[in-house]
Amino acid sequence: MSGHSPGNAPVQIRKYLAIFGLMLLATLMTAGASYIPFGNRSINVIVALCIAGFQAFLVLGHMMHLLSEKKMIYGVLAFTAIFLVCMFALTILAHHDLPGATAD
Amino acid sequence: MEIPYTVKARPDTGLYNAKVGLWLFLASEVMLFGGLFSSYVLLRVGAPGGLWPRGWLNIPLGTLNTILLISSSITITFAWAALKSNQFGRFKVFLGTTLLLAITFLGIKSFEYRDKLSHYQVTLNSGQVVDGHLVERTADHLVLHGVEADSPKAFLDRRSREFRQLQHEEFKLATAEVKKVEAYKPRMNTYLALYWTMTGLHALHLVGGILVMGYFWGPGSRMWHTAPEHFTNRIEIAGLYWHFVDLVWVFLFPVLYLL
Amino acid sequence: MQTAIQSMPHGAAHAEPHAEPGFLRQYVFSTDHKVVGIQYGLTALIFLLFGFFLMLTMRWQIAHPGQPVPVVGPLLEAVLGQVAKGGMMSPDLYNSFGAMHGTIMVFLAIVPLAVGAFGNYLVPLQIGAIDMAFPRLNMTSYQFYFLGGIIMFASFFIPGGAAQAGWTSYPPLANAIPTDGQTFWLLGMVFLITSSLLGSVNIIATIIQLRAPGMTWMRLPFFVWAQFVASFLLLLAFPPLEAAGVMQLMDKVAGTSFFLPTGLAVGGAVGQASGGGSPLLWQHLFWFLAHPEVYVLILPALGIIAEIIANNTRKPLWGYKTLVYAALALGFISFIVWAHHMYLTGMGTTIATFFQTTTMLISVPSVIILTCLLISLWGGSIRFNTPMLFASAFLPMFGIGGLTGLPLGFSYSDIHLHDTYYVIGHFHYVVAPGTIFALFAGIYFWFPKVTGRVMNEFWGRVHFWGSLIFMNVVFMPMFVQGLSGMLRRMSDGGATYALRPDVHELNRVILWGAVCLALAQIPFIINFFYSIARGPRVTSDNPWNATTLEWQTPTPPGHGNFDKPIQVYRGPYEYSVPGASKDFTPQNELPAKA
Ligand code: HEM
Ligand SMILES: [Cu+2]
Repeated sequence: MSGHSPGNAPVQIRKYLAIFGLMLLATLMTAGASYIPFGNRSINVIVALCIAGFQAFLVLGHMMHLLSEKKMIYGVLAFTAIFLVCMFALTILAHHDLPGATAD
Repeated sequence: MEIPYTVKARPDTGLYNAKVGLWLFLASEVMLFGGLFSSYVLLRVGAPGGLWPRGWLNIPLGTLNTILLISSSITITFAWAALKSNQFGRFKVFLGTTLLLAITFLGIKSFEYRDKLSHYQVTLNSGQVVDGHLVERTADHLVLHGVEADSPKAFLDRRSREFRQLQHEEFKLATAEVKKVEAYKPRMNTYLALYWTMTGLHALHLVGGILVMGYFWGPGSRMWHTAPEHFTNRIEIAGLYWHFVDLVWVFLFPVLYLL
Repeated sequence: MQTAIQSMPHGAAHAEPHAEPGFLRQYVFSTDHKVVGIQYGLTALIFLLFGFFLMLTMRWQIAHPGQPVPVVGPLLEAVLGQVAKGGMMSPDLYNSFGAMHGTIMVFLAIVPLAVGAFGNYLVPLQIGAIDMAFPRLNMTSYQFYFLGGIIMFASFFIPGGAAQAGWTSYPPLANAIPTDGQTFWLLGMVFLITSSLLGSVNIIATIIQLRAPGMTWMRLPFFVWAQFVASFLLLLAFPPLEAAGVMQLMDKVAGTSFFLPTGLAVGGAVGQASGGGSPLLWQHLFWFLAHPEVYVLILPALGIIAEIIANNTRKPLWGYKTLVYAALALGFISFIVWAHHMYLTGMGTTIATFFQTTTMLISVPSVIILTCLLISLWGGSIRFNTPMLFASAFLPMFGIGGLTGLPLGFSYSDIHLHDTYYVIGHFHYVVAPGTIFALFAGIYFWFPKVTGRVMNEFWGRVHFWGSLIFMNVVFMPMFVQGLSGMLRRMSDGGATYALRPDVHELNRVILWGAVCLALAQIPFIINFFYSIARGPRVTSDNPWNATTLEWQTPTPPGHGNFDKPIQVYRGPYEYSVPGASKDFTPQNELPAKA
């Protein structure tokens, strides 16, 4: 992305306005979706997290320019993401794996 | 003696120093909020009886705050773009707007906090529970505006039909019949503990951001005239941080307000 | 060429015209990485001594429960009052000292020395940079550390004394103790975590951005790699503990129940807490930090040892690349082994298997590093000066520490060993005759660069042999005690348990070992201060004939470090290169013309 040449600024502005619109839409959607009884509460959770994930993609990828960032930053963030996932997964799994609850 | 690459990018990494520093800082912030979110998941999944409060917060206000924060994220990007295209006046307008939006967010947030502090749940000796906002409290009685039920369980899911059918009215309770009075403070239950802690920490991040952006808007903006490129980088960094604050809220909002 | 470097005028850096900053700017609020490093170093050494003193009084209590502590007993009573009545240690005081010994040693002494002092001072020098990437943040990092230290230290003197729930601060115990010590502990930790965050961002950014021209990644001295990995561990593992610290603070101050289960009874009475929390959640978040933290303790030590071994064997390190990759692997795996501290918390076999596997995996890179360093000794004509003595003792000591970790890493043997003195023995072998020896080695080794003077060799040797012998007298018996079932953290040293009398007898051996260990530090302390003032001056900027860039500076390096532009042409360990005119080739020496 060539934000470095001033001449491109208007193009960028248009792009950010589009992102702004999408973000607002997603916010209203997530608020709205929470009123819909999907039958099972976990479907609400999944829908909300998917929308939040989409918003995160917009913020990280476009507003924070991660889609066109340098290799070094990707490296740092990739490790962060791995450790974050490990922290979530292993604490939850450990909580549910109780002695005698497994088949051996 | 000048430290290299404070303004220009280092050729082999393609980055200037502050950008590396900021992304490292954000990585650690991810782990900080990650720790809180993973606590949220663990505590919620492990909640006794699977019971978890729902609909305890004001969704329209939460939505409004989300919109404010998203807008502020866009305006700070515009502020940066303005510097890039050499329009200092526009920059001032957009950064000023960002500040106003952020302060409004905090205003609404503190209104919500105040509301929770005047919200009480009162257990009576009879076992009845009254839940509502405090109207008046004296030595011998207590007036609440709210609803009444046989058990606090009735107040757990406030988006359920049953709860919405409860009659809102004013209750005058003699101190003698009251067994327990509890405000909607962090100590009331795990959900509120998480709500206060997570939004509180997020609000502290906003305060920090406001201070820094306020400095760049006011006295710090003089740097534009001496070192424009350096100053533009600073605004980019402030913007990255601000987007991150926005990003955290994008998750806090559904998790605390909606689910 | 070399003579040109050696005869570089010492005052060259000062020759540039610039205003001399005032005393405060130069020594107290300095942003120079070397000054910040020295500030870190001196503060951390004081805390190291203080933590050692806490342990000495505890060892007396363990060996002679209920008897007045000699020498310092009256002082304790005068300063702390009731908890040290008659100069005796009450169980409360024992618990405070124990908790604070661990906290101070890990968070206020070793890490600040290894990363704050050595990292700050050496990393910019070794990569050929003029300072850290963010000098102002660097100063702030030290200030946060200092404030955190003050808070921790002050907590001894508040009513009820310092925290008592161990350096691990497990709830609900940490919460149930009614005094404010724990609150201070948590506040102090928030400061220390902030400090280490700023420090680690700075070190990583400096290494990424400020390497001198020609200093490619694979030309970095191993010490820099070790600091790089350790800083990443600090950066990513500490924040979850900060989150947990905030939650425990809320439990303590705002009455929440993040870590308090429903129906928790304290002292027979069911408490007021709303419940619904999970004590295990704290343990997860704590060990998510604290396991990587032990590698923060050991990695810089390995870095120091690698530099000293290469320099004193006059040979390149054996397997430099292997060392680098092993350090990276160590850093990575250390994030996914934490629950080996929690086998006995009612963990199921599936998860236990996962953590046992990763724990065994992580010992592979540890062994690789140790092996590379050992092989590096092979066939060298070793110069056994004081730094090298400490470095060579480090290897077997760290080896014992690592090997004794293996039985702890399997859940079935850990059932027997968990929470006994065996664990204490294990980790002290890694940290005390391990990391602390490496830090001593580093102090003796870089002292000439920092002060321009050399420490006394004879007293260095006295210090070394005394430390080596008595470290082992102190820690070796702990394995025996632990294997016979003696629990840790007992204020009477396990006297109420029916153990064999000779197991108890070992407590006395350890006590006198510890006293002698203290005596063995006196030569060091005197030597250190005497040499700063009176030690013989170095005659060269590179007295050890070393290859890395920190020796290519004036002595001591001035503001801005180098008095000439640095261009790097070669790897960090070009010792005894065949055909070279001398047995070392500095990294920035021009290649010989073809
Ligand atoms: C290389 C292989 C290593 C293995 C397999 C290992 C394994 C373990 C295990 C399983 C425990 C828990 C014991 C228990 O509480 O029952 C433990 C405790 C400990 N280890 Fe290690 N370890 C290793 C290396 C290290 C290193 C390098 C350090 C530090 C520099 C270290 C420091 C500690 C500390 C401080 C504790 C005790 C924490 C406490 O409970 O207070 N270990 N180790
Ligand atoms: Cu461990």
